[in-house]
Amino acid sequence: MLTYKTGLKKGIPIALGYFPVSFSFGVLCVSHQLPLGLATLISFTNVTSSGQFAGVNLMLSQSTYFEIALTLLMINARYFLMSLSLSQKIEEKMTTLQRLLISFVVTDETFAIASLESQPLTFSYMAGLMTLPFLGWGLGSLCGELIMDLLPASVQGAMGIALYGMFLALIVPPSRKSKEVAIVVVLSVALHCLLHYVPLFAFMGDGFKLITSILISAAVGAKLYPKEENV
Amino acid sequence: MIYYLIGVLIMAAFSYIPRFLPLTFYRKKIESPYLQSLLYYLPYAALGALTFPGIFHATPHLYESLAGATVAFYFAFRNKSLIFVAVSGMIACYVAYLIMTYIH
Repeated sequence: MLTYKTGLKKGIPIALGYFPVSFSFGVLCVSHQLPLGLATLISFTNVTSSGQFAGVNLMLSQSTYFEIALTLLMINARYFLMSLSLSQKIEEKMTTLQRLLISFVVTDETFAIASLESQPLTFSYMAGLMTLPFLGWGLGSLCGELIMDLLPASVQGAMGIALYGMFLALIVPPSRKSKEVAIVVVLSVALHCLLHYVPLFAFMGDGFKLITSILISAAVGAKLYPKEENV
Repeated sequence: MIYYLIGVLIMAAFSYIPRFLPLTFYRKKIESPYLQSLLYYLPYAALGALTFPGIFHATPHLYESLAGATVAFYFAFRNKSLIFVAVSGMIACYVAYLIMTYIH
């Protein structure tokens, strides 16, 4: 059975990776003369990176509420898929309140870690997994707002790699074991690099590029290498 | 100020809606083998796209990121733990930064 402690441990690298990003979000908001505390409020209530940066950008150019809502919905559409995927993996007995609570911190990273577990996801585990990333994300913005320059840039820079290091630890071993998984990973990496670097695709937002790469490669994998029962 | 508060409220709502709807209300098992396979590959596809090309721009300098990425990839390939791989990547970045600062 997956415990709170198991989840908490797996949340450490996520929190480390989040901190400098949300820190710079805090710095960004203050440097644009947004009211003090707004960045922290946004981070604790939104818990998403691209959506927050986009939302603040829109507010700085005095966009309408409708534009903000529509942009956020498009950027966050991928969470719908992740949430659907998680609905298949959580314990059936999980209550509605518990489901509502863990939904709040479904992010690209917590989703990826949780969905690679082989056992049913318990509420304790999900709560543990989300605790440190949630705190790291919110408090990162607070520090960014208050101190602007708490950490030397070199250390902040080095922290940025922690998240990606963890990702590599998650995808490399299963890719060595399964050719199918390796092909899906390579395809999704290639697609995302293509969309990122080829100027032709500059019109696509970052969230849209991400979800396009993920969906196409997973769909191709499912078409070419269908999985039997109990995946 | 009111504009910003309502703006944040809207942002929060549209971050939460796609997250809680399926997880809270979809209680059936997905039967379609194609959809099951798609959901099986989804996290791997997500992690691949999240890692690249982001890993190259994870730090202020490309050489730092490359050093961190190489070391992290090596230990990931050796099946080391999550934390070990993450921390070794951070140390490699920092060492690369120190070396380059020293050279300049």
